[in-house]
Amino acid sequence: MITELGHFALVLALVVASVQAVIPLIGAHRRWPGWMAVAEPAATAQFLLVAASFAALTYAFVTSDFSLRLVVLNSHTDKPLLYKITGVWGNHEGSMLLWVMIVALFGAAVAWFGDNLPPTLKARVLSVQAMIGVAFLAFVLFTSNPFLRMDVVPFNGQDLNPLLQDPGLAFHPPFLYLGYVGLSMTFSFAVAALIEGRVDAAWGRWVRPWTLAAWIFLTIGIGLGSWWAYYELGWGGFWFWDPVENASFMPWLISAALLHSAIVVEKREALKSWTILLAIIAFGFSMIGAFITRSGVLTSVHAFATDPERGVFLLAITAAFMIGALTLFAMRAGAMQAKGVFGVLSRESVLVLNNILLAVAAFVVFFGTIWPLVAEMAFDRKLSVGAPFFNAAFTPFMVILGLVLPVGAMLAWKRAKPGRALRALAPAFALAVAVGALAWAVQSGRSALGPMGLFLAAWLVSGAAVDLWSRTGRGQGRLARLWRLPRADWGKAVAHAGLGVTMAGIAAMMAWQAEDIRVMQTGDTAEIAGYTLRLDAVRQEQGPNYLATVAVLTLGRDGREIATMRPEKRIYPVAAMPTTEAALHNGFLRDIYVAIGDPQEGGGWAVRSYYKPLANWIWGGSILMALGGFLSLSDRRFRVAAGARKVPQGVPAE
Amino acid sequence: MKRLILALCVVAAPLWAVQPDEILDDPALEARAREISAGLRCLVCRNENIDDSNAELARDLRLLVRERLVAGDSNEETVAYIVDRYGEYVLLNPTAEGANLLLWLAGPLMFGAGLLIGGLYMRRRSTAAEPEARRLSAEEEDRLREILRE
Repeated sequence: MITELGHFALVLALVVASVQAVIPLIGAHRRWPGWMAVAEPAATAQFLLVAASFAALTYAFVTSDFSLRLVVLNSHTDKPLLYKITGVWGNHEGSMLLWVMIVALFGAAVAWFGDNLPPTLKARVLSVQAMIGVAFLAFVLFTSNPFLRMDVVPFNGQDLNPLLQDPGLAFHPPFLYLGYVGLSMTFSFAVAALIEGRVDAAWGRWVRPWTLAAWIFLTIGIGLGSWWAYYELGWGGFWFWDPVENASFMPWLISAALLHSAIVVEKREALKSWTILLAIIAFGFSMIGAFITRSGVLTSVHAFATDPERGVFLLAITAAFMIGALTLFAMRAGAMQAKGVFGVLSRESVLVLNNILLAVAAFVVFFGTIWPLVAEMAFDRKLSVGAPFFNAAFTPFMVILGLVLPVGAMLAWKRAKPGRALRALAPAFALAVAVGALAWAVQSGRSALGPMGLFLAAWLVSGAAVDLWSRTGRGQGRLARLWRLPRADWGKAVAHAGLGVTMAGIAAMMAWQAEDIRVMQTGDTAEIAGYTLRLDAVRQEQGPNYLATVAVLTLGRDGREIATMRPEKRIYPVAAMPTTEAALHNGFLRDIYVAIGDPQEGGGWAVRSYYKPLANWIWGGSILMALGGFLSLSDRRFRVAAGARKVPQGVPAE
Repeated sequence: MKRLILALCVVAAPLWAVQPDEILDDPALEARAREISAGLRCLVCRNENIDDSNAELARDLRLLVRERLVAGDSNEETVAYIVDRYGEYVLLNPTAEGANLLLWLAGPLMFGAGLLIGGLYMRRRSTAAEPEARRLSAEEEDRLREILRE
């Protein structure tokens, strides 16, 4: 019964979204307030209906209703409750329903909090957002319906993929979707502005929080996914340049660029058409991401037939929205005149450079991702493009970005005197060079990667600190003023420092990690980077829905015992799948990572242990970037209406 | 979601990445083997190099790499030997030959084009007249005079 209600609510949502897509748009064109006003209640209703439908599906999963096909395929009565709930989006149909719910949620959020938007713009934004809703609701209902019943109801389900039964991966998709779909909001704003024919500073201010929110969610989602890969896959890899990873990384890069160009629109009324184009492309990459993940076209070039119907449908949605928006852009872009004048050396110009770097980096990732497809179709060459290519082709742009960032962040708007920024940053640069030189001297190999990474990290972090400090003015009370700086300033500094921290982690991990692979009998010891590992016991344990082989190892250093580590190897009998659960000893400067493998023929167990320098910095930096975004998002000027009274800026300089 | 295929690799052969018995006694030779392995793809997996892969085929390739190295081949010879047998598809790092040149040059070319367009844009912006900011209308001039008089 509840399932049918959920199904029905989803159909109703499609109807409501269709109304919301058409009526307010006509209303805005004809200036009919009544028609425009339809948008808000419709957005709320659409969200409530999709949410009800999602709740119905969740209910079916929680109560293990095996009359539903989706529940049979992805659940089991023995599964812990948490994974029964996360199982809702641990599959194609459910995750698309989550996607649609987030589309509706963002639309509703504009209806609820967009009081300061002009009525025509608001009506148009909600109408475009509803068009996206219609497209994806139709996709769910016609090709991926989660509410299909079984003819014969089985006694139990086939269990969720064990790899997904993990906290890191359980919450990875919702965050990613919040990010992907958050970009639908900026897309709607861009298209609405094109229809409106008006892009001004106010538009820049309205669109920025949505971009920022999407970027924060993408940062968290990508971070969670990479953290999961690190501890789950058994050898501590954290990024594979896999097509699906790239699919999430491209929107991240583009939304980072968009975030910065929207600042120029807001502060200086320049870069307008470029910002609109970025907003369109960002959502385009999100949809391409959905297409890549779900059609199977790039995972294996020959797998297009896995589900041609879904793939073609998604491709059609992507093409329709991109062609529509870009045509509109071509027609209207000329009308958007830039106002601000700025010098060749100014904050504006370095933000242009930031945009070029980020956009080109995203383009390189895109080109590398689709190249195997292009090469096969156009040149009849079957080839792979993997991590070595991306490391070589992508990294230089990030290095340039890191080098320029601290200087650019301190340049003045309009016309900058770079000498001032450079003088202020001299100590930071000296510190960074010292850190890099120290790393070079201490390391055993002759790789430039590690020292370069640490140099950039120190440069970014200390540069952010100098930037903050320079904003406190002169004389006494600087420390007090530091705390009272606008949150946006803090957000900027924290996010930029976070980028540096992540760079340090990646560089250190790639340059200096050490490994030890050996067969160990109980009582044996292994040495790894000055630490000792003793295998104490290996035993079998029973989990709620799996069997585990658990090794108990003692980690020691200089004869002292530091910790007991318990790596596991699990078998999920229902899904007939093994997983590795590595044991980690986290430290500020390093992780010790142990995984246990198969029993060996001559007795003993294969044990892999790793020394991972600065491992946690990768995710620490991601957290800092997201935190910086949140700080910026909570800045007062986003909460007060645009054009409202000027906020007094702390204590005036003495 | 993304690791489903990866998971399939695991199912196909519940072995493990580099096995203790594969490792060569000579650390220098083993280091070279690792270097080569990082650029070779496990053909039945998704975008994984043979060091990270659990599949049977990846193990065969790892052993083959070590066999060639022990036989005295150079790194290039070893890679060429494997490409001869398994095709270009096995290389994770695409060669810069023929059409692939496009792949390698795409980034730098785009960057150059971006800098050029950005540079032109900035030159135009820096010399453009600021229409409404620079000149006041007659009405505004009057108003300004009025304010200044007060």
